[in-house]
Amino acid sequence: MKRKTVEYGKYGYIFIAPFFLVFLLFQLYPLIYTFYLSFVTYKMTDGKWNTPKFCGFDNYMAMLTKKNFETNSTVWFDTLPMNSIKNTIIIWVINFIPQVLLALVLAAWFTDTVIKLKGQGAFKVLMYMPNIITASSIAVLFYNLFANQGPITIMLRNMHIIKETYNFMESKVATIGLIGFMQFWMWYGNTMITLIAGILGISPSLYEAAMVDGANGTQQFFSITLPLLKPILQFTLVTSAIGGLQMYDIPALFNVTNTGIGQPDRVSHTVTMQIREFASSSNPDYGKAAAISGILFLVTLAISLVFFAVTRDREPKQKHAVIR
Amino acid sequence: MSRVETGIGASQEGYAAKVRIHKIIRTIVCVLLCILSIFPFYVMIVNTTLSSDVIKTGIHLIPGTKLIDNFTGMLERTAGKGTNVWQAMLHSVIISVPATVLQVYFATLTAYGLTVYNFKLKNIAWSFIMAIMMIPAQVSIIGFMNLMIKVNLYNTYWPLIIPCIAAPSTVYFMRQYMQGALSVEIIEAARIDGSGEFATFNRIALPLMKPAMATQAIFAFVASWNNLYTPTMMISDNRKYTLPMFITGLKSDSIRTDYGFVYVGLCLTVLPLMIVYFMLSKYIIAGVALGGVKE
Repeated sequence: MKRKTVEYGKYGYIFIAPFFLVFLLFQLYPLIYTFYLSFVTYKMTDGKWNTPKFCGFDNYMAMLTKKNFETNSTVWFDTLPMNSIKNTIIIWVINFIPQVLLALVLAAWFTDTVIKLKGQGAFKVLMYMPNIITASSIAVLFYNLFANQGPITIMLRNMHIIKETYNFMESKVATIGLIGFMQFWMWYGNTMITLIAGILGISPSLYEAAMVDGANGTQQFFSITLPLLKPILQFTLVTSAIGGLQMYDIPALFNVTNTGIGQPDRVSHTVTMQIREFASSSNPDYGKAAAISGILFLVTLAISLVFFAVTRDREPKQKHAVIR
Repeated sequence: MSRVETGIGASQEGYAAKVRIHKIIRTIVCVLLCILSIFPFYVMIVNTTLSSDVIKTGIHLIPGTKLIDNFTGMLERTAGKGTNVWQAMLHSVIISVPATVLQVYFATLTAYGLTVYNFKLKNIAWSFIMAIMMIPAQVSIIGFMNLMIKVNLYNTYWPLIIPCIAAPSTVYFMRQYMQGALSVEIIEAARIDGSGEFATFNRIALPLMKPAMATQAIFAFVASWNNLYTPTMMISDNRKYTLPMFITGLKSDSIRTDYGFVYVGLCLTVLPLMIVYFMLSKYIIAGVALGGVKE
C-alpha cells in the first residue's frame, strides 16, 4: 500500500535540472554579466586591458549620442551604433514584407481545393531548399555572382541593362536590396510551409459553409483564412523580427571590408556586426560592445512585449463574440 | 438536381476554363520560383568546371573541363592558411554531432520531466522556458565570451557544444509531441514492473519519441553546422576554424580573384548539405510544418 504513495515529484526536478543548470551558467550568467559590463569602462588601450571601472551610463550615452563640435551641442541617435540598428531594421523590413506576402499567396494556392496544383511536394522541397544551405556559403556565392567581375554583373552589362561602369558593390541601394533579397529567398519557403500548416488547421466546415453561401475563393481567403491565420501571422512576425535583428552571416560576408565593416559607407553594417566590431577590433572595447548588446536586448524585449500585449487583448474579445 | 446542372451547363464550361487558366498561371509561377531556388547553385556548379578567365565573361550554363585544375588549385591556395576544407569539415563534425546528441537528449529529458511528473514549480518552469525562447543568444555574447576567456575555454569547442543542453525551442517541440505520443499508463505499467524512473525514460519513453527526436536532430545539426556568429566570437585560432569560418576565407585577397577556386570551395560546402537535404526533405518539410524551426 505504501508503494502507491511514493512521491515522484522530485524526479521532475531532477529531470529538468540539467537544462536549468546549463541555462544559468551559459546563458543567464553571461546575460547578467553583459549587463554589468555595459556599465563599466573595460577596454584595451596600447595593448593593455584597464581594470573594469564603474562608469554609469557613459557607454550607453556613447551609443546614443555624439558631440557636434561646431555648435558644441549633443546630437541624439545619429551615431554609428544606432545607424547599425537602423540598417538592420531596413534590411529586415524590405525582406519581410515581400516574404510574407508571397508566402501567403503560395499557401493559399497550395491549399486551394478547387484549383488543385500538381507537383506540390516538389515545389515545397525546392522552395524551402535555400533555407537549409549554410548562409555563409550563400552570401559568398551571391557576392561572387554580383561582384565587379561577377558573371551576373558582366551579363547585365553585355545586355546593356546596366551601365558599363556600374558596380553593385558600390551602390548602397543594390547592396541593401541584394542582402534583403537573399534573406527573402532563404526564408519565404519556411514561412510558406508554416502558413500552409496553419491553413490546414482551420476547420473545413467553415469553408463548406462559405461555399454553400456562395462565397468565391477570394472571399473565402479574406473572410476565413486571413482572420483565422492571424495568430500564426503574428507569431511569424515576431520570430522573424527577433531573428532579423540578429542578422549576421549574410551581411557579414557579402559586401564588407577586410576588417568586416559593411559596405558601402557602412549601410550594410548590422547590429551584430557592430557588437563584433567593438569586441574584436585591434582595440577591443567590451563596455561599448555590452552597451549596444543591451540596447539590442531592449529592442528585442519591446517587440516581444508588444506582441504579447496585442495577442492577449484579442482573445477575450473573440471568445465573447463566439458566446454571443 | 439534374435540371439545375443542365441550366448552368454553359457557365460551368466557362468556369472550368477559368480554373484551367488559373492552374496554368499558378504552375508557371511555382516553376519559376523553383528555378530561382536552383539557378544560383547551378551556376555555382558549372563555374567549378570553368577557368577563371571564362567565368569572367558572364553566365555559363554548359560545364567545362577545368574541374580537376580548380579543385587542386583551391586545395593548394587554401593550404597552410591554418585550416583547409577537410579539417574545417572535421571540426564542424566534431562540434555538430555532440551538440546535436546533447540538445535532443536533454530537451527530451526536460520535456519528459515537465510532462510526466507533478511538482510545485512545474508551471513556472514551463512558462520560464517559453519566455527564454524569445531571448536570442547574440545579446549575451559579450558576457559569454568574457566568461569563456576567464575559465580558459576560449578557443575551444566547449562553448559551442555545452550550451546546446539548454535549447528551449527543442523542449517546446518535444513537449508538444510528447503529450500526444506518451501515455501515463505505459509509464505506470513500467513502474509496476519495477523499472526505475531513469530506466523508464531511457528504455520506454525515448523509443516512443524517436520520430520527433529525428526531426529535431536534423534541425539541431543544421543550426550547429551553419552557425557562424558564435564560433567567430569564441575562436580566434585559425587552426581551429569551422566550415562557415573557412567560407569566410574564400573572400580573402589570396584567393578571391581565382574565381574557379572559390566556386569549388563553395561547392564543397553546399553539395553535401544539399544531398542530405534531398534525402531527408520529407521529414524536414513535415518538421517545419509542425513549427520545428524557429530562428
